[in-house]
Amino acid sequence: MAAVATNPTAPSPARQRKERLDRGIKVRSEDIYALNSWRELAYLLAPRVLPVVLVLLLGFGAPLYWQRVLLSTMVFGLLAISWDLLAQAGMVCLGQALFFGVGAYIAGILNHYFGITPFVTIPLGALGGGLVCTLLLLPVLRLRGIYFAMVTLILPLMIERIIEATKIFGGTEGISGLTPLPHHGLELFLIMAAFWVALFGFRRMMTSDYGLVLKGINDNDRAVMSAGLNIYRYKAQILFMAGTTGAFAGAFMTHAYQFVGMPVFALDYSILPIASAAVGGLGTLAGPALGAFILVPLSELLRGFGGLRIVIYAVLLVVFTVGLPEGVFHFLRRKYTQFERWAEVSK
Amino acid sequence: MSAEVILEVKDLAKSFGGVRAVDGVSFSLRRNELMGVIGPNGSGKTTLVNLLSGFVKPDTGRVVYQGRNITGWAPYRIAELGIARTFQMAKPFYQLPAFKNLVVPLISPRVKRLAGGAYGDRDAVAKDLLEEVGFERDSWVISKQASVLPHGYLKRLELARCLALRPDVLVLDELFSGLSLAEVASLVPVIEKLMVQGKTIVMVEHRLKELFRIADRVIVLNFGQKIAEGEPEAVMVQDDVRKAYLGSEVED
Repeated sequence: MAAVATNPTAPSPARQRKERLDRGIKVRSEDIYALNSWRELAYLLAPRVLPVVLVLLLGFGAPLYWQRVLLSTMVFGLLAISWDLLAQAGMVCLGQALFFGVGAYIAGILNHYFGITPFVTIPLGALGGGLVCTLLLLPVLRLRGIYFAMVTLILPLMIERIIEATKIFGGTEGISGLTPLPHHGLELFLIMAAFWVALFGFRRMMTSDYGLVLKGINDNDRAVMSAGLNIYRYKAQILFMAGTTGAFAGAFMTHAYQFVGMPVFALDYSILPIASAAVGGLGTLAGPALGAFILVPLSELLRGFGGLRIVIYAVLLVVFTVGLPEGVFHFLRRKYTQFERWAEVSK
Repeated sequence: MSAEVILEVKDLAKSFGGVRAVDGVSFSLRRNELMGVIGPNGSGKTTLVNLLSGFVKPDTGRVVYQGRNITGWAPYRIAELGIARTFQMAKPFYQLPAFKNLVVPLISPRVKRLAGGAYGDRDAVAKDLLEEVGFERDSWVISKQASVLPHGYLKRLELARCLALRPDVLVLDELFSGLSLAEVASLVPVIEKLMVQGKTIVMVEHRLKELFRIADRVIVLNFGQKIAEGEPEAVMVQDDVRKAYLGSEVED
């Protein structure tokens, strides 16, 4: 967990220090709470229920353009969750585009060549994409850190070139005219459901014994092996889960855009999840998801600036990472769960 | 001491590039025996531990455990058989509270099998184990995040993580290094208790005084080769052992 940063803007008179106290409700461990009143129940539920309600209202209340933005925000959110899931099991991945692209192409191919309905191609694209990506990365599971990262970075770019060179699946043109989902509302609802299920489901998983082992692999994989656990099996399972999550996002996007082409393997889909994680806060799943909710709409808002858009975007990214190195989510959580006050330093 | 050989190592050798880290080492370990492995820095002690626990695959030679050839097996399969090891550099699972560090081995297939599915409350078992190696129960230390524990506790945690696997053979890689005299003195009874429980222990050590008090037998490595074997006192008076430890120019 990131070290607690001191607030540089606060006045720090001599012989005073900032004191942080846990609010009474949060008791010792992460998953045991003592609930005594409705107020305390609300305290626990608010950060979980409010975002869901807010996104629902936003999604169905906003104009169509912003509905589409929200849709792609949640797609990137899924990719960010998938990235963070891998990171928590000690696998730094630079190739979320691989998951996204493979899922997108599987759904596109099934729909275009076999005329299968989106309600089947999206699940098949997700599961098939997860399977293909796991098999592709299985040989390099033994690599750690930067070596694993390099392979994941290269794979999507390689597949892109293969499609270009062999002209399969529409080559550079891609496949267009795919079946859309029957209704915009349904589309929005589907991606929201997937997003929340992934977020809350994986967060739940990380607090279980299974998640404990994953954190152990991240900290010290040799010790996990010497504890009699086959870490490669765990890594492969996580790879499949993260792959399926990313591939779902891809398969969904294929039908939302009614098009699939080489851009699905573009670097954007690999980099933005990492930027989201850096802005939102690593290692919590919710942090990277929140990061996507900041970065994607921000990038849309900046469209008015034309060519300067990327520059301003980059400056804002720097401001976020320098100003809140722990991540927005960690910052908010700290404010929510702890009192802060200035206390006299005793001699 | 029973004479049954539990672990047999034969002509084990491993080279890293041009360096022969372990060069034709053989020994046999009897059940409920405490064998010390000593030798100067770079003599191949840790490589031997890595060979025994499967983290390094030998170039030649065999490791036979209870009649089964386990040469070149993956670490987790060797651990599953009941050979647990500690690491010289005590590296905990930093993000987890001290007692949760033990839950990782506690949910391994071996422990599940031995405990027959019902193993009570794992957190309670973990805390019992920590108490066994000298953590104060009911103190803040037990639930403190492992990244802030002092070195002495990390070494104990390392031992407890090894014990959580319910091993038959423990391979302890410099358990005493970096500990104060008092800390070592408090760990020696823990080791002695394990011997009473019938465990078999291989201890790689630099702290000879403490080791010799508890070891039944010692082997001495130098440049990857076994240069002596026998009872601790008998070994240390041998000329080549003294040379290896004190330098070749030392003459009596």
